[in-house]
Amino acid sequence: MNEASPARLDAVTLAVLKGRLEQIADEMDATLYRSAFNPIIAEARDACHGVYDAITGDTLVQGTKGLPIFVGAMSFAVRSVIRKVAAEGGLQEGDTFLFNDPYDGGTHLNDFRLVRPIFRAGKLFCWVASVGHWLDIGGNVPGNYNPRATESHQEGVRFPPVKLIRAGQMQQDILDILAANSRVPQSNWGDLNGQLNALDLGEKRLIELLDDYGDARIAAAFAQLADRAEALMRAEIAALPDGRYSFDDFLDNDGVKDEALRIALDLTIAGDRLTLDMSRSSPSCAGPLNISIATTVAACYVALKHAFPDVPANAGVLRPVEVIAPPTTLLGAEAPRPVAGYTETILRLIGVIFGALGKARPATATAAPFGTINALALSGQRENGTRWVMFSFFGGGLGGNPATDGLHHANNPISTATIPPVEILEAAYPVMFTQWALRPDSGGAGEHRGGVGAIYEIEALAPGRTEVALLGERGRFAPFGVAGGASGALNRFTWGSAGDTPPMASKIVGVSIAQGECVRLETPGGGGWGDPAARPQHAIARDIRLGYVSAEAAARDYKGRGQ
Amino acid sequence: MSGAIVGVDVGGTFTDLFLFDPATARFQTAKVPSQRGDEASGFLAGLRALGGAAGMAAVVHGTTVGTNALLERKGAKLGVITTAGFRDVLEMRRRDRRHTWGLWGDFQPIADRDLRLEVPERCLAVGSIHTPVDIAAVEAAARQLLAAGAEACAIIFINAYANPGNEQAAEEAVRRIWPNPYVSVSSEILPEIREFERASTTALNAYLQPLVAGYLGKLEGALSHEGFGGRFHIVQSNGGIMSTATARRFPARTALSGPAAGVIAAGAIAKAAGFSHVITCDLGGTSFDVSLIADGQMELAAQATIDFGLVIRSPMIEITTIGAGGGSIAAVDRGGLLQVGPESAGSRPGPVCYGQGNDRPTLTDANLVLGRINAARPIGGALTSLDVAAAKAAIEKHVGAALGLDAMSAAEAILRVANAKMAGAIRLVSIERGLDPARFVALPFGGGGALHVGALLTEVGLKAALVPRFPGVTSALGCIIADVRHDQVRTLNLDLDSLDPTALDAHLVREASTAVAVVRDAGLPVEAIETLFTLDMHYAGQTHTVAVPLPVTVAGNSTGVTRDIVRKAFEAAYQRAFSRLLPGLPVRIVSLRSAAIGRRPAFDLAALAPGPDASLEKATRGARHVWFDGAWHEARIYARLELPVGAEIPGPAILEQPDATVVVDPGLVARVDRFGNLIIERA
Repeated sequence: MNEASPARLDAVTLAVLKGRLEQIADEMDATLYRSAFNPIIAEARDACHGVYDAITGDTLVQGTKGLPIFVGAMSFAVRSVIRKVAAEGGLQEGDTFLFNDPYDGGTHLNDFRLVRPIFRAGKLFCWVASVGHWLDIGGNVPGNYNPRATESHQEGVRFPPVKLIRAGQMQQDILDILAANSRVPQSNWGDLNGQLNALDLGEKRLIELLDDYGDARIAAAFAQLADRAEALMRAEIAALPDGRYSFDDFLDNDGVKDEALRIALDLTIAGDRLTLDMSRSSPSCAGPLNISIATTVAACYVALKHAFPDVPANAGVLRPVEVIAPPTTLLGAEAPRPVAGYTETILRLIGVIFGALGKARPATATAAPFGTINALALSGQRENGTRWVMFSFFGGGLGGNPATDGLHHANNPISTATIPPVEILEAAYPVMFTQWALRPDSGGAGEHRGGVGAIYEIEALAPGRTEVALLGERGRFAPFGVAGGASGALNRFTWGSAGDTPPMASKIVGVSIAQGECVRLETPGGGGWGDPAARPQHAIARDIRLGYVSAEAAARDYKGRGQ
Repeated sequence: MSGAIVGVDVGGTFTDLFLFDPATARFQTAKVPSQRGDEASGFLAGLRALGGAAGMAAVVHGTTVGTNALLERKGAKLGVITTAGFRDVLEMRRRDRRHTWGLWGDFQPIADRDLRLEVPERCLAVGSIHTPVDIAAVEAAARQLLAAGAEACAIIFINAYANPGNEQAAEEAVRRIWPNPYVSVSSEILPEIREFERASTTALNAYLQPLVAGYLGKLEGALSHEGFGGRFHIVQSNGGIMSTATARRFPARTALSGPAAGVIAAGAIAKAAGFSHVITCDLGGTSFDVSLIADGQMELAAQATIDFGLVIRSPMIEITTIGAGGGSIAAVDRGGLLQVGPESAGSRPGPVCYGQGNDRPTLTDANLVLGRINAARPIGGALTSLDVAAAKAAIEKHVGAALGLDAMSAAEAILRVANAKMAGAIRLVSIERGLDPARFVALPFGGGGALHVGALLTEVGLKAALVPRFPGVTSALGCIIADVRHDQVRTLNLDLDSLDPTALDAHLVREASTAVAVVRDAGLPVEAIETLFTLDMHYAGQTHTVAVPLPVTVAGNSTGVTRDIVRKAFEAAYQRAFSRLLPGLPVRIVSLRSAAIGRRPAFDLAALAPGPDASLEKATRGARHVWFDGAWHEARIYARLELPVGAEIPGPAILEQPDATVVVDPGLVARVDRFGNLIIERA
């Protein structure tokens, strides 16, 4: 936005333009969901689109349905393209960059970003970008969630920003390299086309809007919307009592070394400024639980958006916020530290932000959600010899809060993903679910109980071996309660007739089951809110009647009230 | 009165009726108060106002009984019998949450967990029976549900779309025991893949069955008591009508009955007036509903979410709703931005000017302060006058002070923000789908829409506005115009490359004949019955599908469908939806949707036109001051119904009628067409 801004837009025009711009991003999201191939995008909506500043890469507009974690991360992606162009030059109208580099504005290798410049009168005006989670991009483990990786190269293939489309010309070489490096090249090709569909549409709509209102007015709207988000964010922070609030939580292990990893936060409020200091966290780890600084900032943004849902989604939100995560910690990892399990680490990070904010404003304290993605890959060979990979994330309970009990079987705060239907999975893969149920006694006790997690039990139907890989968490450190509420249950995974359990709690790779054998995943519920002694007797009785809480657990956690 | 058809639309505040006698081409309207919870009494009072039900040939009803029961959770106590391991499907949803941002809130399923019982049975995705259903367990479950007080039963088995055998056996066992007909079976209600959507639709259907059947029974009893010997029909969410027998089987299909009737009428009115591209706008107390008619066709959505976690999957008129209605509250947020809605004062306490206790300004208050609404003649007749001073004071205090504007400028700002939101909704269904608004007319119905059409014309660039002669009874009119319709779906899961056209043809013929039979059995006179086939298709590997209209009809005992016809239709549909085809990838047919439509005899809307004695002089009601664009203007006032055909009214002007107020902004002109509609265009 390097041209002189006209006079401030009036509040009404600004509101109109805000709606038009959000609609553009929403429509890009919808286009990709509907045309994507892999269910992680199509059903789980692991994707995001937006419009970004020409010079800074700041997020100007974001869809309302995009994956929350990408909302903060995308501006880092655009920035890395900006850096590349600054260094090498040669940006042309009709270019589109592609990359997945986690250390240069990415998250993990599966997340492919496409970044396209929008030119006006021969000059760069802004960027549009798309990110989506592709099913497989090489590496040791189908689906790339390799819990034993010790360097990025074992996780899959890394692309720095490259021109996929050069002045309107698709670069077949790059398509060929992409196809050669995946177990499921058709799926990736389909998703890539879906992302291009979304960029084409976004570009078209944005140009129409610029033609309608003029470039200068749209530029002014971008600036004012960010200012407004900043003002709202500052007002929210200023409303909190000044002070330093600390909160720590732990990851089970990094999948390689069986040692707990500390995620530590010192949150400081000073007037209308907020500092999130993670310096006390564990050092970078050997296994794939590291995250880059871009991902850390994005996770902070997600937590703040949940805590202050009325603040609009753009870069203005982060102006009054300082994030400190030294590169020596696992929250500021640099290449080639493995990062495939980034989802687990950011969930814990978001959890400690909720925890610290709960100390700052007890009236809105919310207990921890289940906090693990449980990336489960089942794979094998069909009778005709072709490879199949069923990859999915699973749900759990949300935390109790001042208003309500936690929601049963929800998605994680980093996503708005819906789970693929059992019937779609069974139609696509040689598996049969034998249980798809709520998990009793998994929600933390409290005046407002945590929502319960789930039990998924899956039987292998394929005649050969079915390979099993899981990257999960919360096997040793349960989702915490707040204001006197108890913790939710631990994550639990077993496989085979003997009911084997992973030596590293919820991470396993390199095992398999025979036809007729099962894997069984029991996910955590959320933590409880408030003293269990204050839970009304009728609510406990109802929990027992409906089986959310067993009579035995009620006797223990609620001192037998409700029986 | 013999041979008359009556449309009855029971709304929250009023019951509207529209009677048409084809023999004499005579029509009559009536408006009586609705009784919430006793909708039948308003219904019958309305029929009496039209001379009584005896001798009427048909009554067609748009109802909100089902909608309200869903929104207020007033359905039956529901029991569910399901596959072992899967009783929580309804409660686990698709693992979603209420809001993208913010994690609070919980969810209550419509059937409690202890009323969802599991039985041994299992079908696989390929349709083979892995475990036959345990009938003794089904009987025990049914008895247990009855003992627990269940009034309705839903039978929902995994993969039943692929083979209904186990479900049908269970149904038979349940019906032997169940003391009423309220049993819904997923493979009958929605034989389509995706267990949550099928379970939710089936459960909601059963949940509504006793209530809707009771309501229909009560109406039928009362009608027969009044000597009614004609046919009684219900409008469905898909805009077609169905027999009460079908409505009892599929009550979930009444979820959008009321609004669907309005869209039907809007389509017919626009078509007669010569417009085939229409955006209908219904401004109510709390919301603004828009719906699109392109090339004379209504848009149907595949499913609707009634509330968080309550999904009904069946074709429904696509209605986009935003939280901006007459009762929407205007406020300045902490970021200094003026917002109108979604919070609403509703109709009780209602806007500040109603004097019923609300002191926060609403859109209606802004319209009143600006002189657009006549304070002495409130619409609907429930109040005798509106309090302008109170409305003005509230706007000054809550909006003006925060924005540094005087009361009039603040009122105008409220109007602009509300107009922008409404324009956004219109854009969402037009521009954002790549449709050029300059080809569309806005058709407002209900009481409030016509206040805002001028701004919508300018803001979105619509071609014109078309205000029906009786905006307040549009839905009742729709009841008597609507076609008879029946929709069916069946999941096929076929590869296009290895498609056996004869097998597909057999599916098409079978589906068509069942659907046509339902339409024929409805017993209303129709001129012809058409069948429409749509295939849900995608590239193998995708999970979403595109709707592919199939250009074939049943002739003799075949459709003549070929692989090539299907492929061409798929590629055309895919390219319309997305910019890129993916040549070389295998293509799949997921589901077949069939609709049978019984076309009703045309209704000549010229019957509604003003009589020859209407004249501009008689219609003139003087003038008053109305605020437009920052200043007071002298606007001429007319009694709208007394305007003759061909009259041209330049803005600024206000056209008043008992159920609506039409504002003609400066720079626009309104013309009365030969049906009595107003066409508002740029001067």
